[in-house]
Amino acid sequence: MAEQAVLRMTGIKKIFPGVVALDGVDFRLLPGEIHALMGENGAGKSTLIKVLTGVYGIDGGEIHLGGEPVLFAGPLQAQQAGISTVYQEVNLCPNLSVAENIFIGREPRKFGRIHWSEMRGRAADLLARLDLDLDVSAQLDSYSLAIQQMVAIARAIDIQARVLILDEPTSSLDASEVEQLFAVMRRLKDDGVAILFVSHFLDQVYEIADRMTVLRNGGLIGEFTTAELPQMQLVAKMIGKELAALEQIEGQARDATVNERGTPIIEARGLGRAGSIAPFNLTIHAGEVVGLAGLLGSGRTELARLLFGADRADEGELLVDGRKKTIKAPRDAMSKGIAFSPENRRTEGIIGELTVRENIILALQAARGWTRPIPRRRQDELVDKYVKALQIRPAEPERQVRDLSGGNQQKVLLARWLLVEPRLLIIDEPTRGIDVGAKAEIQRLVAQLADGGMAVLFVSAELEEVLRLSHKIEVLRDRRLVEELENGDDVDADRIMRTIAGGVTS
Amino acid sequence: MTILRHRLFWPAAVLVVLLISNLVFSDNFFTIRLQDGHLYGSLIDILRRSAPLVLVALGMTLVIATGGIDLSVGSVMAISGALACLLIGDLSNPDALGPVLLVVGAAIALCLVAGLWNGFLVAVLGIQPIIATLILMVAGRGVAQLITGGQILNVHSAPYRVIGAGYFLALPVSFLIATAAVALTVALTRRTALGLLLESVGGSPTASRLAGIRSRRITIMVYVFAAGFAGVAGLIYSSDVSSADSNAAGNLIELNAILAVVLGGTALTGGRFSIAGSVLGAVVITTLDITAVSVGVPVETTLLFKAVVVIILCLAQSATFRAKVFGRFSAERADVQRADVQRADVQTADVQRSDVERSDVPG
Repeated sequence: MAEQAVLRMTGIKKIFPGVVALDGVDFRLLPGEIHALMGENGAGKSTLIKVLTGVYGIDGGEIHLGGEPVLFAGPLQAQQAGISTVYQEVNLCPNLSVAENIFIGREPRKFGRIHWSEMRGRAADLLARLDLDLDVSAQLDSYSLAIQQMVAIARAIDIQARVLILDEPTSSLDASEVEQLFAVMRRLKDDGVAILFVSHFLDQVYEIADRMTVLRNGGLIGEFTTAELPQMQLVAKMIGKELAALEQIEGQARDATVNERGTPIIEARGLGRAGSIAPFNLTIHAGEVVGLAGLLGSGRTELARLLFGADRADEGELLVDGRKKTIKAPRDAMSKGIAFSPENRRTEGIIGELTVRENIILALQAARGWTRPIPRRRQDELVDKYVKALQIRPAEPERQVRDLSGGNQQKVLLARWLLVEPRLLIIDEPTRGIDVGAKAEIQRLVAQLADGGMAVLFVSAELEEVLRLSHKIEVLRDRRLVEELENGDDVDADRIMRTIAGGVTS
Repeated sequence: MTILRHRLFWPAAVLVVLLISNLVFSDNFFTIRLQDGHLYGSLIDILRRSAPLVLVALGMTLVIATGGIDLSVGSVMAISGALACLLIGDLSNPDALGPVLLVVGAAIALCLVAGLWNGFLVAVLGIQPIIATLILMVAGRGVAQLITGGQILNVHSAPYRVIGAGYFLALPVSFLIATAAVALTVALTRRTALGLLLESVGGSPTASRLAGIRSRRITIMVYVFAAGFAGVAGLIYSSDVSSADSNAAGNLIELNAILAVVLGGTALTGGRFSIAGSVLGAVVITTLDITAVSVGVPVETTLLFKAVVVIILCLAQSATFRAKVFGRFSAERADVQRADVQRADVQTADVQRSDVERSDVPG
């Protein structure tokens, strides 16, 4: 069995200055299997993938591909050897056409010039294999992020791949798109391609993966057959402790009732923006967690952005503490005690080249204005406090924030907003693409903040999460707020799903 | 070998090499004499002549930190000199201090307006900085010509002449002005939160806006700042030659300033900036100009000479290039190549990290 492995990595070691990222990890991939690589953020999954694809060199161990020892000097070599990768963040050029993106770097040529018609034809064929009907000469960014992801996959499978690595391919896809992707993965698997799949969605892993390898803190925990490892045990192996914590929050937040209704902190009356979100009514009280549920593109983010002034409303009115206010820009919202942690944390949230400390104090500093700098000692105190409270790792405030994992970047963003002590915290997809442990920490934090009297507007694609945390759930469909549910025993994922699907008339 | 990793090591090294090569051609290059209470010598000359470029590079650094660029600084220099000389020509007593100070103030004020215009185009109308400032770069010289009536205006004013050619405490006044400007800029950016907010806006405008930063206001501010400093540089230049020449003043200085900023380690993409780096860059460029003359490079090839030195400096600063050249002698060549790829992949990240072991290879 072991001899048939198309890819075999043994004793892989990778050291970064100050960190052992991988410590003697073994890994193998069999042809025609879907193999999930599991672990928390920082467990070494990304590093292992980068080592495998030649992005990083190794400090120890061996890689065999098809029985031959290999050492890739770069991603291109790995690609030529048949290892293709689709990364978590879409790694394409948004300003080029779909066809150009698929063939960039290996354009079909004729007399030394690019053979455009063949390129477009082949691109269309490829996309047809994925059941996608796109205009291949349209610019890539005219399509949604989900479609862009599919294009990235099309690009990867066109390179005659023996090994296909999908790093969090589903984090920006909705349910039907995930199914579409899985269908493609199964077809490729039947063709004998070995697929390495990384995802934080355990359900997806259990649906698609044949086997899994679990990493923790750069070390190998083991290789398992999916069918033989129950989900709870997997989670326990990933985080190294039982997940009692997660269940604790469950009962807690739901039971908590918001007693004093009084004047809402914020009230939207017929607030809307043409082409973005239909006019909606919404009230949020102190100490209340309001969940926004709905499919990708249903208007969740748009609603949140409107409340924060990230986009400007073109109708309706907004009341803060019962008084009418105009919010034209994020600054206006901030001055009224509203904070917003955006969905797209890498491009709209963190500022990669600045340090963790600078990122954390940024909003507070912006609110004070440039003439009143926060004294360095005060900065260090604040940053230290929140790095500890939110368990930001590595706990090095002077490190560039882009070096941190997604979960820790999210915590940095939360710290940034907690520093300004908002009365309403809007958080858009805070748990997307981050691991189970960090997810639980963030959920616990949200519950705590609400207990402390902060109002939270919680946007998430994961219904379980919304159900677990929210007192009140707003369901969106087709850029319209369609239903408001008081969370209770009669409300479950099914109930919300039906509303989202349009099966419930309220 | 840690010193090799420092961002400013190579510009500093080139500066030293230039100074030493000057010594070979003129024995008394490092001699500094005190004469009539003024310091004289080639080194003092370098300080004096660096002043306008240092001023312009300071403003350029801040503009570049926000992800912008300002091509109009040379024209702003011309405008400032032109207005100053015109007004001084109209003074009944050009040797009286008070009126000259007023004139200087008026010239700088006009430049601030020019900066406001640039900032308005970039921050309010959303025009790309290179295009927005190109407008004033082209139109500005026309404005300067208009002010001077197309003539070269000569002025004779003792107080005005002090700015560019005077001495105070044995040091050139222009050098003192530049030093004060550097101190002001450092204080303004690092003693307040302006530097952080600038880097934030340059690093990610969208994220900065969502963090509540008034990026528009900050952007306008840096263009005003850049134009103001360019205005002072224009006064130094015009005062030094006691005339306003709308075509020669600040000619191509925008490119030298951008070069100074880049040599100093500030990326054109915006974000992190280094004031010390830009100042060093400006001094290197001025020294290069002076060296070209002192070693006797023929006038027609001066620019070529300059280009060659700049290329060498840029290559020396490039970690990838050093790895390629020196890696040849290394037994662990594969290592180097791999490191290369890694670096290319994280281009903007701290590229110096993996350099240490490679730097000692060639020996």
